[in-house]
Amino acid sequence: MKTNRAILAMLLTAALPLAARAQVTPTRLARAADEPHNWITYSGNYNGHRHSPLKQIDAANVKNLELKWVFQANSLQSFSATPLVVDGIMYVTQAPNDVVAIDAVTGKVFWLYHYAAEPGRLCCRGQVNRGVGILGDTLFMATVDAHLVAIDAKNGKPIWKTKVGDASNAYGMTLAPLVIKDKVIVGVAGAEFGIRGYIVAYEAATGKEAWRFYTIPGPGEPGFETWKDGGDSWKHGGGSVWTTGTYDPELNLTYWGIGNPGPDFNAAQRPGDNLYSDSVVALDADTGKLKWHFQFTPNDPYDYDSTQVPVLVDGTWKGTPRKLMYFANRNGFFYVLDRATGEFLQGKPYVSLNWARGLDAKGRPQTTPQPAGEATYPGPLGATNWYSPSYNPNTGLFYLSAWENYGQVFDAGDPIEFREGQNFTGGRLALPPGAPAMPGMQRGPVNTWHEGNAHGTVMAIDPVTGTRKWGYPMHDVTTSGVLTTASDLLFVGGREGYFHALDAESGSLLWKLNVGGETAAGPMTFMAEGKQLVAVAAGHSLYVFGLR
Amino acid sequence: MQLTRFLTLALILVACSPAWLRAQSYAAADIQYGAKLFGEQCTVCHGGSGDAVAGVDLRANRFKRSTSDGDLRGVITAGVEGTGMPPFKFEAPELTAIIAYLRNMRTFDQKNTLIGDAARGRALFDGKGQCATCHRVNGRGPRVAPDLSDIGALRTPDAILRAMVDPEAEIRHANRSIRAVTRDGKVITGRRMNEDTYTVQLIDEQERLVSLVKSNLREYGLVRRTGMPSYRDKLTTAEVADVLAYLLSLKGL
Repeated sequence: MKTNRAILAMLLTAALPLAARAQVTPTRLARAADEPHNWITYSGNYNGHRHSPLKQIDAANVKNLELKWVFQANSLQSFSATPLVVDGIMYVTQAPNDVVAIDAVTGKVFWLYHYAAEPGRLCCRGQVNRGVGILGDTLFMATVDAHLVAIDAKNGKPIWKTKVGDASNAYGMTLAPLVIKDKVIVGVAGAEFGIRGYIVAYEAATGKEAWRFYTIPGPGEPGFETWKDGGDSWKHGGGSVWTTGTYDPELNLTYWGIGNPGPDFNAAQRPGDNLYSDSVVALDADTGKLKWHFQFTPNDPYDYDSTQVPVLVDGTWKGTPRKLMYFANRNGFFYVLDRATGEFLQGKPYVSLNWARGLDAKGRPQTTPQPAGEATYPGPLGATNWYSPSYNPNTGLFYLSAWENYGQVFDAGDPIEFREGQNFTGGRLALPPGAPAMPGMQRGPVNTWHEGNAHGTVMAIDPVTGTRKWGYPMHDVTTSGVLTTASDLLFVGGREGYFHALDAESGSLLWKLNVGGETAAGPMTFMAEGKQLVAVAAGHSLYVFGLR
Repeated sequence: MQLTRFLTLALILVACSPAWLRAQSYAAADIQYGAKLFGEQCTVCHGGSGDAVAGVDLRANRFKRSTSDGDLRGVITAGVEGTGMPPFKFEAPELTAIIAYLRNMRTFDQKNTLIGDAARGRALFDGKGQCATCHRVNGRGPRVAPDLSDIGALRTPDAILRAMVDPEAEIRHANRSIRAVTRDGKVITGRRMNEDTYTVQLIDEQERLVSLVKSNLREYGLVRRTGMPSYRDKLTTAEVADVLAYLLSLKGL
């Protein structure tokens, strides 16, 4: 039935390219799988699968992919956005905060909205943006200077603008907003400068605040007891939110990964577990009330930001149907949780790591702090990071880009005093003994790393066993999200500049093209005029491929 | 004979020039808007007659640090270090207007006839003028004609006034209406948003974003006339002035 509806939707789109189309309603957002020709929310659907039911491009014909058009951003910032496509129109951001409406067939621009951010902003590590959200005929963009802007999708004119945080105090936003029912949900970043994070929902029609959830609880709130210094460390406790969450309409819960505590590396000056840093939280979508939380890395000294996309899967666990959450964490463990209750079900390392020897029955890490001068694995940029994973219901496998053999020497250093507008990471990082340079956040112009100091692997994890089904190693590390399709293709970029199509079942390479730039976003796919296209950002451009 | 030719030429020049809107090379509407802004922003220091700062007489149209309009722009937006002149943040049309006023302070006729009352203008925009039947402002109204939410930050008073009284002459290339006929006879009309050699992007009359490949079209061309009527005869001069004041107040977000 679902498939029939999907086919009907595709036929309608193909046959009537100019026909009047309905606005993007909450129902359409909740049933994104029914319109596979579109891509109407950051991860493709509320479940965070970054998986498309499209299968026109398959293992047999993928070798016939050719470049259809390119959108060159007028920006030298990293192109971290996932485009949305709604009925033939693509909406994508040009870093930091321009929105562009593009004809999905020709790549030609209808309009461009330029947002002039307040000068003097501190946020963020890279003036980037991950894309827009849509409801009705209105787009929503979170800005680096911590504003949320509503923009007319037809003509690119701003409708309202709301201040979400104080940009002069390092609050900023880089994530794509998540639209749920009549609300737009965003979160703030800036933990490296000592913010106190929050997730906040606004009325889509007016920009009026509907609810707010502080990722670092204050006095009197549950979780505050996990900030044991007795002082005001919670006020600068971090807990950034910089990757779009997911949503279960049946439970009416929205799930968000929360960033690291501040200061990043000196955990001793903020004794306690430091909730809700490095956690996933389940919030009531209407009220923002916390339903449950699960913390991956208590009192984190390694910057193990849990800013990954929580992936929602309805499956069976040990023979019982359950609403599951798969979470490949920056700390190197792959977790399975019950997303109705937050119960920990399983956690297995997906890379070689030494910061913990394992997890206890409740999922709490059994930590193994390394001796002074010895490297901790994974290093501060994690075993994975913001780049989206993918879940393919056909193969039942979970896919992600990971960094392997990546470690650094952590030194907590002296306590750092919070000073407004100054870096609040604390600690010191050093190379492992004898190791050459480690890969960092931004790639240099040439390949400056070597065997033995981290490399990237695109991998498939069997969520039931928590073990690796296959891995596709790359020489360089990778910051690319992963896309899978119903034809069991996996699309992924990398820092080396290649865009690949792999066999999602086996991990074997089917096609690749050097697009000449780092991919720091997730690829996506859609259909225009009856033809499936695949889009990937690399370097400073967005490349769109289709079959010859 | 020579005199006749001279008079004919003079007559043609006068007839062609929008002199009724302009004083010298600066448009009257811009000068009047500039006077209003000057009154709001500059008189605190410079005084109403422009000579309240010692050694500075703005009416003289001679400036210590500026010769060209570009120089004046620089002084206004950057300020003058070490003096009481701070940097000002004006939209480009506002700056044009202030400079137009500065250049004409001495001869400026205080009787403001071209820029009226914004509140009355808004009522006319929504009511008698029927502007809101085609134009959109701040998320309300159709998108058939250009969205005017920030028109006051984009266009000078003179340009807006000319668009109201002589829209055929003033319409911008990007806003031209186009008409296309597909190979199977379907007629598509709309307002152009973008165009290149091979394609054109428009918003059609049902407010859909439409992109066309020209080689797929049987016919394609600009619609000669704009749908915008001239308000020269539809509204009184005072009403046009009110609508202009309202439009100038629309500065976007």
